[in-house]
Amino acid sequence: MLFALAITALVLVPVVVTFSSFAQVDGDILAHLTEFVLPELVGNTLWLLLGVGIGVSVLGVSLAWLTAMCDFPGRRLFDWALLLPLALPAYVTAFVAIGLLDFTGPLLTWLRESRGITGLPEIRSRGGVILVMSLALYPYVYLIAKNAFATQGAIALEAAQSLGLSRWQGFFRVALPMARPWIAAGLMLALMETLADFGTMAIFNYDTFTTAIYKAWYSLFSLPAAAQLASILILFVLVAVVFEQRSRTRMRYGTVGRNAMRRRIRLSPALAGAACLYAGTVLAIAFLIPVVQLALWTRTVLARDLDSRYWDFAWHSVLLAGIGALMVVIVALLLAYAGRQRPGAAMTWTQRLATLGYAFPGAVLAVGLFIPVAALDNWLIERGRIWFGFGGTEILKGTLLVMLLAYLVRFLAVGFGPIDSGLHRITRNIDEAARNLGSSTTALLARVHLPILRASLLTAAALTFVDIMKEMPITLMTRPFGWDTLAVRVFEMTSEGEWERAALPSLAIVVAGIIPIILLTWRGTRPLD
Amino acid sequence: MRFPRLIAALLLAATALPAAAEEVVVYSARNEQLIKPLFDAYTRETGVPIKFITDKEGPLMARLKAEGRNTPADMLLTVDAGNLWQASEEGLLRPIQSKTLQANVPAHLRDPGNEWFGLSVRARTLVYHTGKVKPADLSTYEALASPKWKGRLCLRTSKKVYNQSLVAMMITEYGEGKTEDMVRGWVANLATPPFPDDTKAMEAVAAGQCDVTLVNTYYYGRLMEKQPTLPLAIFWPNQNLKNKAAGVHVNISGAGVTRYARNPSGAQKLIEWLSSDKAQNLFADVNLEYPVNPGVTLDKTVASWGSFKQNLVNVKEAGSLQAKAVKLMDRAGYK
Repeated sequence: MLFALAITALVLVPVVVTFSSFAQVDGDILAHLTEFVLPELVGNTLWLLLGVGIGVSVLGVSLAWLTAMCDFPGRRLFDWALLLPLALPAYVTAFVAIGLLDFTGPLLTWLRESRGITGLPEIRSRGGVILVMSLALYPYVYLIAKNAFATQGAIALEAAQSLGLSRWQGFFRVALPMARPWIAAGLMLALMETLADFGTMAIFNYDTFTTAIYKAWYSLFSLPAAAQLASILILFVLVAVVFEQRSRTRMRYGTVGRNAMRRRIRLSPALAGAACLYAGTVLAIAFLIPVVQLALWTRTVLARDLDSRYWDFAWHSVLLAGIGALMVVIVALLLAYAGRQRPGAAMTWTQRLATLGYAFPGAVLAVGLFIPVAALDNWLIERGRIWFGFGGTEILKGTLLVMLLAYLVRFLAVGFGPIDSGLHRITRNIDEAARNLGSSTTALLARVHLPILRASLLTAAALTFVDIMKEMPITLMTRPFGWDTLAVRVFEMTSEGEWERAALPSLAIVVAGIIPIILLTWRGTRPLD
Repeated sequence: MRFPRLIAALLLAATALPAAAEEVVVYSARNEQLIKPLFDAYTRETGVPIKFITDKEGPLMARLKAEGRNTPADMLLTVDAGNLWQASEEGLLRPIQSKTLQANVPAHLRDPGNEWFGLSVRARTLVYHTGKVKPADLSTYEALASPKWKGRLCLRTSKKVYNQSLVAMMITEYGEGKTEDMVRGWVANLATPPFPDDTKAMEAVAAGQCDVTLVNTYYYGRLMEKQPTLPLAIFWPNQNLKNKAAGVHVNISGAGVTRYARNPSGAQKLIEWLSSDKAQNLFADVNLEYPVNPGVTLDKTVASWGSFKQNLVNVKEAGSLQAKAVKLMDRAGYK
């Protein structure tokens, strides 16, 4: 409990800094935004959440069901390949999609000039944003739901069928409700990322609530107004989380043995072909086509931009993401266990608050963390000067420690979601059974809990690793001198609109991000064959 | 090999120890590939090491503010005047007295209070489709609001600072009411929703989606370097006006010395060097921008676009009027 409180306190630091902005309200700016900007943006944001919510759920759940429960040609490949879009930053997918599908892109140009076809839907539109965000973010739902389907086994489904439900009814009335906490965990991650996204929205010029936050800060020069808007955003997320959790507290999620599922569902040849085509299309649009485009762009800039420094950039990225992911998984695991040992309203709130960092727009979180660190540093430097004649300008800031703590605050939700829902699988009965058989606590954890949680832990680690690789604002603000990463390179190139040159570091992020995805499928979710 | 360095970085700040006396530390919003060649050249020439970190202006200024008197930064470098003005308003910069900078940087491209100085000029001009528009059809930014351009105009988003400072310049001459009408005219003439960057807007013109757009010249230079056959050309607007809106709108990439710099004289020397003949070409040419120092010869490509009269309103207005310009564009529905 103490530990959980300490973690929550850490996350609350930027929250408090952000909310403290209300001490200094600029009525003029807020009045302007409320009158001319927000009405439309709130609508835009809600439409976006609805669209992306439906998009990632449909894509993620259907693909998870197919690869986890059914058999069709290429299933083993799709099983892990469908995770790959995770390694591709959403703004890259967006830029490639617009490059290919806009009026000036090759497809419409060809249709217009050789076929005379015009009047096709505009990619730079609400539908376009929803499509791109859904394709970029569905892996969150896919990965976590696949884990759920694969481990829930077939007993319940077989029972359902013996009670006369058809296969479809079994899916909708048994498997889906049983997987709900997992799907909800993935969906929350996808929606929080959508809410906080700035890069993709900028490329589409689609204004959301987060756009208004950056407008207040960068264009109207009011960091307080930006922080106030961010506070509202965070409250909104908190309310959404509470509602989501309330709506499923009365359900109980029991276990289901690992030994259960022996046979995959056999699809008819036509259905199997359709499944293969469907999975292949999603993979092509969400990953293969953008990566081929990146590779083509990279070829044009390779000679100019690739130098030995890239080893350092890649090494820094992998190192930070590796240590960061490890920290996040450990802390998330402890937090989830704390909740299991001491359930109750206080603990639920502690956990909710501890995972709020993911809802922040990145740069706002970065400042919210940097301000107190700098203040503490100023105090330490002052002491150091008086006591030891210290003459420097940095003690804490400019260390990787601050950077890693910032990642922890930001990505705890990403690690906590899969681990906490995985922990639901281990009921009290299992604990009691193990104890009755004489196992000690250590043995219980090592021989019962760990095997059940293994897939969840790896999921959490992979998601966090890839997210840190792609992270920009915190990395930019807290990196020590000389600690540039691949994401920093992407920033350098895109900040002046040189998208083609950003292809090289983006591609490097993809390559580095594939490593954990392969590890994940190699050691992780292979419960049945 | 690498691990000792890792442990050190985990626990020790790189500058925890007093830095070598003459080292200069720069916070830069101008990206790495545009400044590193210059810093390397400076170090080769003077032996003074330079340490820098890049980020967006907003976070860099928030950082300077939070660090207060314990900032490691000696100098702030940005890619627009509005942010330098804001840094000065927030008390993050200090005035410097320098004959060299007074001589090298024209008065309208530096702070009247001497807290910051332009180092390169970014000209925002018209680019048109050579097959569909005759230069004689074009005249001013203002004229793009006329109904004759209905459905023929492409624009980049109003969220980019370059459009904000252009509108700010218009406000200095026409006031908010008339400027807002003009922006409404632009919006009414749009052929398609605003683009996220200048390059996309030019590609739309080239593809025939619209006939004319507003861009910074270096984007035009970069695009034409890659695809020299595109039917695009530059037009210099507002050349025959006699009011304050006369001349092509310019913004700057510029720098100032931070208020709590440890090495203010080192930072000042660096800024002076950047404004000098030999550095000016490097600074501007690497990105096809214009040097601020009028005595410097232009890059060949840049010179080929012809000469033009600049707008002479002090670029600090881009900062002081930026909030007004942004609000005005919001009211006019310019996304």
